[in-house]
Amino acid sequence: MARARKPKLAVWKFASCDGCQLSLLDCEDELLAVAGAVEIANFPEASSAVVKGPYDLSLVEGSVTTQHDAERIHLVRRASKFLVTIGACATAGGIQALRNFKDVKEFISIVYATPQYISSLNKSTPIADHVLVDFELRGCPVNKYQLVEVLSAFLNGRKPNTPPHSVCVECKQRGTVCVMVARGTPCLGPVTHAGCGAICPAYDRGCYGCFGPMETPNTESLGAQWVQLGVKEPDLVRAFRSFNAYAEAFRKASEAHEG
Amino acid sequence: MKGKTIKVDYLARVEGEGALYLRIKADRVAAVQFKIFEPPRFFEAFLRGRNSTEAPDITARICGICPIAYQMSSVHAMEDAYGIKVEGPLRALRRLIYCGEWIESHVLHVYMLHAPDFLGYPDAIRMAKDHPEAVERGLKLKKVGNDIVTLLGGREIHPINVRVGGFYRVPARRELEPLAEKLKWARDAALETVRWAATLPFPEFEQDYEFVALRHPDEYPFNEGRLVSNKGLNIPVREYENHFVEEHVEHSNALHSVLKDRGAYHTGPLARYNLNFDRLSPLAQEAARAAGLGPKCLNPFQSIVVRSVETLYACDEALRIIGEYEPPEAPAVPFEPRASTGCGCTEAPRGILYHRYRLDKEGVILDAKIVPPTSQNQKCIESDLWEFVPKYLDLPHAQLQHRCEQLIRNYDPCISCATHFLKLKVDRE
Repeated sequence: MARARKPKLAVWKFASCDGCQLSLLDCEDELLAVAGAVEIANFPEASSAVVKGPYDLSLVEGSVTTQHDAERIHLVRRASKFLVTIGACATAGGIQALRNFKDVKEFISIVYATPQYISSLNKSTPIADHVLVDFELRGCPVNKYQLVEVLSAFLNGRKPNTPPHSVCVECKQRGTVCVMVARGTPCLGPVTHAGCGAICPAYDRGCYGCFGPMETPNTESLGAQWVQLGVKEPDLVRAFRSFNAYAEAFRKASEAHEG
Repeated sequence: MKGKTIKVDYLARVEGEGALYLRIKADRVAAVQFKIFEPPRFFEAFLRGRNSTEAPDITARICGICPIAYQMSSVHAMEDAYGIKVEGPLRALRRLIYCGEWIESHVLHVYMLHAPDFLGYPDAIRMAKDHPEAVERGLKLKKVGNDIVTLLGGREIHPINVRVGGFYRVPARRELEPLAEKLKWARDAALETVRWAATLPFPEFEQDYEFVALRHPDEYPFNEGRLVSNKGLNIPVREYENHFVEEHVEHSNALHSVLKDRGAYHTGPLARYNLNFDRLSPLAQEAARAAGLGPKCLNPFQSIVVRSVETLYACDEALRIIGEYEPPEAPAVPFEPRASTGCGCTEAPRGILYHRYRLDKEGVILDAKIVPPTSQNQKCIESDLWEFVPKYLDLPHAQLQHRCEQLIRNYDPCISCATHFLKLKVDRE
């Protein structure tokens, strides 16, 4: 059956670096085709034209860090048929969730001379802590081909094909020799969600976990392996505590090594 | 005079959430506030306790549009602290990846964010219906910039290959060859972009700015040079904090940066161009002249032409670097951590980006200071509005409002950097 109208796409920003929504504009070869398939109804970074909701698909970037945003996300949910979060901030709280392990008041006073001008919540939290999320796309930043896959899947009423296995599988697919086995380079690949295409090992460095934990990661065993390679406990804490620090599996792993 | 109010809920096509408040009383501007309410993310606070080697990956996350700038300023600051110098092919590769970021970021702004203002469209996608050739050229040119960053950095956003001392892995000559082919097309497309941008209609508006940029003895600046201005500033990067101060104002989550005793200054493409025209390649100089720009350009609306000239320069420079490239013996220069303080300042697409870190003997960050270009330009944006609005008060409200938004976009403000939603509200009393 032919559609009577193009589906309406909205892009929303919360606390973030803009990189994940930029991924959409970085689809230089696909952008005009995507724009032909949907009505870009709300995407302030790219357009000053705003079409009223409801929206068929909302992409949400960023984490919730202010009271205002904690209220705004509910408005976004109510206006959206499907809500997909894109990136580590929206799915795990982002790098700014490092505050969750500290006192935010101290953080404010380090950066700002007049702390009373600043309003911020104690924790940076993922979108799913606040509203129902239909799908979460991982990555810091998201992979643009995965983003196009998600758009295509939702527009065609199917499930996105984004494998939940570890980065290790992608290294094998790419033909990269294991940096940990062959060179003793500490790598988070065995516990990290696939999606990036295993970039870091292909550039002679260990994975640093920017896609967050894979399905059922064995962080304990990996931690032990890192220790055998000579990595010290505080460095292990930092390794698990970066762009997906507040994702449950990585949070527990970092706490386990904090001792 | 009858009182009037203009309100706009969003200024779109900027990177971040901000707002503008203008109050007009009896044909006079009574108040201007360029507000940034992008939620603060506290990078300088959580960098404390992290290792110096983590700074390039962490600070990249301040901005998805210009991560290379953050990586470059941070590695230069660490190298300053450790007393090492990155030279030869490694230095050239850093310049090459920066060329990629300038191309990607400038072309995004020229074609997708700023040109729609001049041609009267809400966005580049709708602009593409009437100007398909231009938008397609822009997308393809932007892609070449991203191709450079992806090849050298692993991916276009938050590249993974930059580290203190150099890179994790450096390319072989043959890996760069396909890039050179794309860049030859890109150089022609950038030249066409300069010609195209020069035909846009510019409002008459010139300002006596204090321009601040890096200046290097023989290069158009990316990573190194002295900080200079057209009004007498000429200092090494290390003295930055003796001359520039940050003020915390109530209406903004971004700190305002000012020159001590002098106030607002202008950084970015226009500043670099005015202070370094003689360092542009002959091709870029010639294209600028043919587009009607002299060595000086004081109209911020013409920044779209200057960005196009810089894009052309970046393509030209990238080709030069690739042509001369011989791979280095090692991908990075080794270093020993030591207790020290280091500073770095590089030319982000939007202007100078200053980093300073104090490190302990293990190389752990004790404190960090980061001053992004947009927080430096905030005050200049406000002073432009003070000057611009009185000259155009006769315009119908919708047009005046659009002009103010366009004026802000002259600076390609990146509010994610400066701490997003730009709201414009004009009260007329």
